[in-house]
Formats: sequence, structure tokens, C-alpha cells
Amino acid sequence: MAAPKLRVAGLGKTFAGRGQPVEALRGVDLDIGHNEFVALVGTSGCGKSTLLSIAAGLDEQTAGRIEIDGQPIQGPGRDRGVVFQSYTLLPWLTALGNVEFALKAAGKSSAGAREIALEHLKLVGLTNFADAYPQQLSGGMKQRVAIARALSYRPQVLLMDEPFGALDALTRHHMQELLTRIWERDRTTVLFITHDVEEAVYLADRVAVMSNRPGRIKEIIPIDLPRPRRYDMLGTLRFQEQQKQVLDCIRAESIEAAGLAEALA
Amino acid sequence: MTNRVPIPPRSRSNRRSTLTTTGFVATSATVFAGIGLVWWAVTAAALVKPLFLPSPGAVLSRLYELAVSGQLAADMGISIYRILAGFLISTAVALPIGVLIGRYQIWEAAIEPLVDFIRYMPVVAFLPLTIVWTGVSDGQKLLIVFIGTFFQQVLLIMDNVKSVPRDFINLGRTLEMPEHRILTHIVVPSALPAIWDSMRISLGWAWTWLVVAELVAATSGLGYRITTAQRFFATDTIFGYLIVLGLLGLATDQLMKFLGKRFFAYGQVH
Repeated sequence: MAAPKLRVAGLGKTFAGRGQPVEALRGVDLDIGHNEFVALVGTSGCGKSTLLSIAAGLDEQTAGRIEIDGQPIQGPGRDRGVVFQSYTLLPWLTALGNVEFALKAAGKSSAGAREIALEHLKLVGLTNFADAYPQQLSGGMKQRVAIARALSYRPQVLLMDEPFGALDALTRHHMQELLTRIWERDRTTVLFITHDVEEAVYLADRVAVMSNRPGRIKEIIPIDLPRPRRYDMLGTLRFQEQQKQVLDCIRAESIEAAGLAEALA
Repeated sequence: MTNRVPIPPRSRSNRRSTLTTTGFVATSATVFAGIGLVWWAVTAAALVKPLFLPSPGAVLSRLYELAVSGQLAADMGISIYRILAGFLISTAVALPIGVLIGRYQIWEAAIEPLVDFIRYMPVVAFLPLTIVWTGVSDGQKLLIVFIGTFFQQVLLIMDNVKSVPRDFINLGRTLEMPEHRILTHIVVPSALPAIWDSMRISLGWAWTWLVVAELVAATSGLGYRITTAQRFFATDTIFGYLIVLGLLGLATDQLMKFLGKRFFAYGQVH
């Protein structure tokens, strides 16, 4: 593989906290290539969000390295776009205003920001809702605005922290289709955190499975499914096999995390 | 860009039943009318001496006299001026301090315990001191309103700022916004609806402190008129002014609520 876009090497994170220190990550190694889509799956509390937070520069590792194009990550930056699980749309701004907010922070003029923002709302199919406030939007719509916002200033790496986790199953599927379509058109480097195995397999070029705390990469599974990916692919044998492969890998972790090891032995 | 979704009304599903606005107003009005009726019945039956409890009719006609003579308007004017000035000064100082201590721990450590300490000193205990400092001037009234509201406001605003979602601030950081812009473009607008509510609540307290100050040492204002009325056993005036004070409080509260709804019509779901 050529030099990776995002390199995580021997990454560790221990939270000091009160009482016992908590080791969230230990020896995480993960390389993501240019314009590669990597999904990171793990049980809740395994440290996958901590990893994303460090990649976003919002948190600092206590061991190891994390680099973009060979340069260590130092704090947050617009070279990375972040989509949070909690939508984080500013309620006092319209959908358009929320996208413009990011563009203005990136130094765009008002007119320039408006044009680019409208373009990106169109990309996520929300042209008709440009003037709507977040409270008027459904969860799926809000997350589409957040995706439009994160893409609008052209980051080199897109970091997505369980972006569809709070959505109902049907909406989640539509969002996956939309994200796949956008990504297949304008490829970019993506680290996508999820605990939904089907979602990971459907979206990603490779799926990295994380162990329970302290989190490390247990296995990386290449997803050998053709692109463009379409929704009817979910029924194919090949998809099922790949999904089974990831499930088998994460099952032991998940059973342990749920405290079911004894009951399911 | 015209395809607007109407803002859904706030859910009242946690209440036992729902009530229309008309039903709500009618119920409130009935309670007011009921109390008035009991008051009237008690005085009409002469159960209590008029000196202790004048009849509603006597109070209303007294109020009417005071209104016609211009006394009421003059008293209201001076009191409203004092409360507005005291409250605005207090808010103007409390706002930046509350925001700072809500956002930065170093400021919180420097100021919060001090404010908490002073907050527990009874405001009335400051009355003699303020008179020594500023005499019985308007300045003394403003000072009492300030002491009564400022320290509470600072702590309320601090809490409002602290409850700004962490991800909002993280969003600003991922956009490489400078700290001062995060403060002015994310933290303050995000906390503003809650801060407005804190202002509304503290305005209620400000009324109390103003009247206390006017009762003790003043030559004008609603509180002063109540004190002089007491000297002449003019209980009808006292009752009338109490009703006026209640109505003024109710009116300002409703006005603040109304303005809040207008300003923050975009809703509060994150």
C-alpha cells in the first residue's frame, strides 16, 4: 500500500480521572489509504469514539502516534471534517445558515459561502429545507445537514462518529444509501465509527473490528463487494458471508461486553 | 426554499390533560374572580373592620382617585425607572462575568465562591450601609436592586453557559474557530434563551428589592406611598398599591415571556 492518508500507530489513551485510571485504548494500529472508506466497529465503551476524538484533535493520546500525510495531528483542524452522533446543528441558524457557518469559519465570503452551502444542501437533497430551522427537521434531515456542513469546506479526511446511531432503522438505511452515493461520486478518506455490522459492511472498503476495553484493532476485514453498491446487494450471498465474517469476529467481544459469557457458554 | 414545516407545539404529553389557551386563561380568570368575590362577600357581611380589610369597591375608588390626580402615574413612573435602571445595570455587569465563569474554570475559581458568599448575605442587611454610602437618593435604590439581583444573575448565567452542549464547542474547535469567536458565535447564542429566562426570573426579585428599599427610605415611589398610607391608616391605598404591584409584576413577566418566544422562535431542540 502507498503511504497512508491517516496513520495510527501504537496509539494508547489512559484517562486519569478520579480513582482508578481507565485505559481506553492500547496499541491501536490502523492505516487508512487515500480516499479509502474504513468502518470501525466495536461494542459500546470499547474506545472507538475516543479514537475518533483523538483523530479529530479534540482529545490527546497518551501513547503512540497519529498522523495525516506523515504529519502528527496537533489539535483540531479543518483538514478533517467531523460528523457527530448528536447532529450538533446550531438551533438558532437555518439549515443553510448551519452550512454557511462552517464556510465562514473557513474564511469564505458571504456570497461564496451561500453558493457552496446551497450546492451541498442540494447534494443531500435538502434544497427545499434551506430556510428551515433544526427544530423543524427530522433526525435524518438534521444529520444530512451535518454531513453537508462537514463536506462543504472540503476536508481531506471525514471522521464520522456513529452518525446514524440515533436514527430509526428505515431512515438509517436511506442515509447509508445516500452516503454511499455521495462517497462513490466524490471520493474522500473516511473513518466511520459504528456498532452496526451490516452498516459497516455496506459502506466500507475495509472493516476494522475493535476489541473490548482497552480497545485495540482485533482484525481488519477487507470487504470484497463491487461498487457502486446498491441496496439490493444486502440480500446477496456474498454480502451475507462478509457480514458473517465480521459478526464472528466481534461476537466474542460483544458477548463479553454484555456480561453474557456465562449464560451463552 | 418555501417548503416550511410548521413548528410543532410544545408537547404537553407529560401532563394529565391538555388545555386550550382559552381554557387556560378562563381558568386563571375564574380563580381571580373567585378570590375577588370572597373578598367582596367578607367585607359586605362586615366580618372584618374596613380598617383591616377595606372593600374591593373602596380600594378601586381610591385607586381611581389616585389615578385621576396623577399620583399613581407619578409613583409608578419613578418606581419603573428605578427598577429598569437597577436591573439593566445589574444585567450588563452580570452577563460578561457569568459567561466568563461559566466557560473558564480559572474565572470560576476566582469569582464563583466569592459571589456565593455575598449571595447569602441578606439584601435587607445592606440597607443601612447603602444609606450611609449614598443617602436616600435614587442611587441607593439602584444599589439595593443591584445587590439583590446581580449576585443571583451571575450564578444563573454561569449555569446557563455551562449547559451549552459540549459538541457545539467541539464543532467550533474542529472548524478552527478562535476561542473568542467560539464564545461570541457559539456559547452566547446557544445559552441566550436560557439566559433570557434567568433574566425574567431575576426581574421578579428586583421588584421585591425595589419596594423594600422604597419602604425603608424614600421620598417617592410605590413603596414610599405604601409607607405613608400606613401612617394615615389608609389601608385602601395600601391594598390598591399592592394590587398595582402585583399587576406590574404579572405584566412584566408576561412581556418577558412573550418577547422570549418571539426572539427564540427557532425552538430549543438540539
